[in-house]
Amino acid sequence: MEDLTDVYNELIMEHSMNSYNKKKLEKADYTEIGHNPNCGDEITLEMKMNGNIIEDMAFIGHGCAISQASTSIMIDTLKGKTIEEAKEIIKTFIEMIKREITDEKELEKLEDAIAFKNVANMPARVKCALLAWHTVEGILNGK
Amino acid sequence: MDNREIKKDFPILENRKITYLDSGATTQKPIQVINAIKEYYEHNNANPHRGAYSLSVEATQIYEDTRTKIAKFINARNREEIIFSKNATESLNLIAYSYGLDNLKPNDEVVLSIMEHHSNLVPWQKVCKQTESKLNYMYINSNFEISDKEIENKITDKTKIVGITHVSNVLGTINSVKKIIKLAHKKGAVVVVDASQSIQHMQIDVQDLDADFLVFSGHKMLAPLGIGVLYGKKELLNKMTPFLMGGDMIEYVYEQETTFAPLPNKFEAGTQNVEGVIGLGAAIDYIQKIGYNRIQEIEKELVSYARKELSKLDFLTLYMTPNEENHSGVISFNINGVHPHDVASILDSENVCIRSGNHCAQPLMRFLGIDSTCRASFYLYNTKEDVDNLVKALNKAYEMFKKYIIRR
Repeated sequence: MEDLTDVYNELIMEHSMNSYNKKKLEKADYTEIGHNPNCGDEITLEMKMNGNIIEDMAFIGHGCAISQASTSIMIDTLKGKTIEEAKEIIKTFIEMIKREITDEKELEKLEDAIAFKNVANMPARVKCALLAWHTVEGILNGK
Repeated sequence: MDNREIKKDFPILENRKITYLDSGATTQKPIQVINAIKEYYEHNNANPHRGAYSLSVEATQIYEDTRTKIAKFINARNREEIIFSKNATESLNLIAYSYGLDNLKPNDEVVLSIMEHHSNLVPWQKVCKQTESKLNYMYINSNFEISDKEIENKITDKTKIVGITHVSNVLGTINSVKKIIKLAHKKGAVVVVDASQSIQHMQIDVQDLDADFLVFSGHKMLAPLGIGVLYGKKELLNKMTPFLMGGDMIEYVYEQETTFAPLPNKFEAGTQNVEGVIGLGAAIDYIQKIGYNRIQEIEKELVSYARKELSKLDFLTLYMTPNEENHSGVISFNINGVHPHDVASILDSENVCIRSGNHCAQPLMRFLGIDSTCRASFYLYNTKEDVDNLVKALNKAYEMFKKYIIRR
């Protein structure tokens, strides 16, 4: 395996252990639970919309560093985006983790979420990185 | 405890530079087992019980001889009491469906321990719901053991079935199976013993235990994947209805009716995993060649050393009994504040293989108030050096996370 600090980097560690996005929203329009039954990772994602724009998001839950950081960084990335932009970013993130996109230029729209690129080298942890993204997909596809 | 000559029998431990501490999930296989399977396919392969030609007769002979070998290995009274299955899970489902479903009545009680693997728990939930019987649990005390008092409180006149794991796959606790069986029999209940985590470590004698049913998987005792065993007392198995229907388990088949074959074929529908049976036979030969005395000697020293070394790490929480004599082959632990999956990934980068997760024991995890643990499990090929590698890798994991950990 490659150097682990590629995955357990400063940004991911900070978000996983002390996330400012880990809280409850005062008023959420959508709530969705995501879980990986085999590892016990579980998150509850809340979303507040303003028209077509994701105004605010937050989460509570528990799980490994990768699942928790991925949720927190996803929230940073998707906040303020339109539904269409968000869907595009989610698609790109999933494709990056599945190694279907490697072009750095295309990955730029992921902002900080690009930090998870090396999870693609850890097949056992792909599920952890994708948990939040599949959960938010559930909200957006239901709309 | 010099067991380096044993380790040499396991090609994968020579071929891969790993510290393998996940034998509780599946053991590695000695060359003797691998060769026995190769030999079978190169010289003896045919469908047993089917052909009149000598090759098929030979395959039948090897298959049935292994049944006899297993009966002797666990000291069963009759060879027909040994039923081949695909694993312990299938054996347990067979008991739940063919015995539980037909014998439980509304308000009867099934008693399990809280440390059961899902395979000895979920089937009973289904059967209890269907028969309107109650499912009760024996809980553990602060030593991670089931006390005598708890056993006496939970097994009552209403209890008809008791399911108990001989050794916990999470805690390594060795349960007082003999005591449980004695009390259960006094109350008129039958006992199902899950020996999946014990048979590789200690001699099993079903007559001495007086177990009504006992199950295990081959792959946790040096044999290939996909072969398991169900032992049942003949008088019980004879009264039970078949579990899976199909070829080879029948006597006469008419358009609307069928009569079934006698034991053991009644419970072995379809072409069986002969390769697995051969491998299991070779695994038993291997265990007997080394001997349980030697296995116990190696493991006791190893577990004792691991307990001592892991206890020195003050950033760990250990889930194990303080009574070393009640502790077998597995140790569960957590780095405080760090998720087990992250620990396992970091250990993996040091080529240390451990299990992380809920270990198919969610009710136990919930009872302990945790989601998951790391688990290191040992077998006869492990050495003190493996424990040292584990400790070194755990220190590394802790160092990586230390500055981010919030003490909760």
